[in-house]
Amino acid sequence: MKNFLSLVLVLALGGMIILSLQNNQYFTAYGEVDITKRVSESYIDRDVNGGTQAVEFGVANNLESGPANIVTAIVADYRSFDTLGEVTVLFVSSLGVALLLASGKQKRLDLHFHPNFMLRVGSRALFGIILMTGIFVIVHGHLTPGGGFPGGTMIASSILLLYLADDNFRTKVKSFKTLESIAGSLYVIIGLVGLFAFDYFLVNFLDNGILGELFSAGIVPIVYALIGLKVGSEISGIIDNFLTEEVA
Amino acid sequence: MLIDIIEIVVSVLLIVLAFLAINSKMLIKSVIFLSSLSMLSVISFIIMQAPDVAVTEAVIGSGLVTSLFVFTLLAVRKVEEKI
Repeated sequence: MKNFLSLVLVLALGGMIILSLQNNQYFTAYGEVDITKRVSESYIDRDVNGGTQAVEFGVANNLESGPANIVTAIVADYRSFDTLGEVTVLFVSSLGVALLLASGKQKRLDLHFHPNFMLRVGSRALFGIILMTGIFVIVHGHLTPGGGFPGGTMIASSILLLYLADDNFRTKVKSFKTLESIAGSLYVIIGLVGLFAFDYFLVNFLDNGILGELFSAGIVPIVYALIGLKVGSEISGIIDNFLTEEVA
Repeated sequence: MLIDIIEIVVSVLLIVLAFLAINSKMLIKSVIFLSSLSMLSVISFIIMQAPDVAVTEAVIGSGLVTSLFVFTLLAVRKVEEKI
């Protein structure tokens, strides 16, 4: 009976996936969609103040919102306050993990698993590449897909790789906590600067620059870098909590 | 044409892997099936032109969550051996 129910559930969900991947009325193939019929086109070319300047990559300047990546424009500019809430949710969950798992004196979890030579060397070599990819994704968050949340998680996975490579390794958790609180406080301080010196909370008060350049989009890259640091240090803290145990 | 074949193969594999992840008796096998399911869903997200979601799914779904599950399973097995 359980098998039958799970088969039905899987087939139903799988049918939805197959339908969504087919080239049908609702999910058209890439390049074939008539973009003038979509809402997104008018939102790209028009800002909320009524201006209708054509947006062109690498040319347009003084736009209402600077990021070339529309998702970033929504997450870190129009709805930055929501993102502050999201970061707070992540902070509360990491606090809960720390309350449950990190009480008393801690030592590294002693697994019946010792890394061999290939795993040690390979992980050390991959560590730098993954860390640099994470930093690249964070810094280019306003230009390319990705941003603070995936980039921070990439940094945390590079730390996890170090745990895998060395069975005596432990990060300095205290410095992670400090980094996390500094990044979170700076995010709120940037918002408060916008509130008191300019119009409203988390207003983009720097110059937007030319669309598509690295130094553009005002405070969006700064805010995304802070989010990346905060997410990376929080998830590294969670990983450390998972891989330690109390000294009996 | 090629992309149509890839779409069908990916979606059928997604269903098979989801069923195996629900039904496998060993937990560690379930975790590995779940990880490969996330990896294939990354391909389907890219086909659906959602690169932001694809990056996040690749990092969290198939990287971080899988390793946390594996380490938790190892830790639980160690406690069970002690008892």
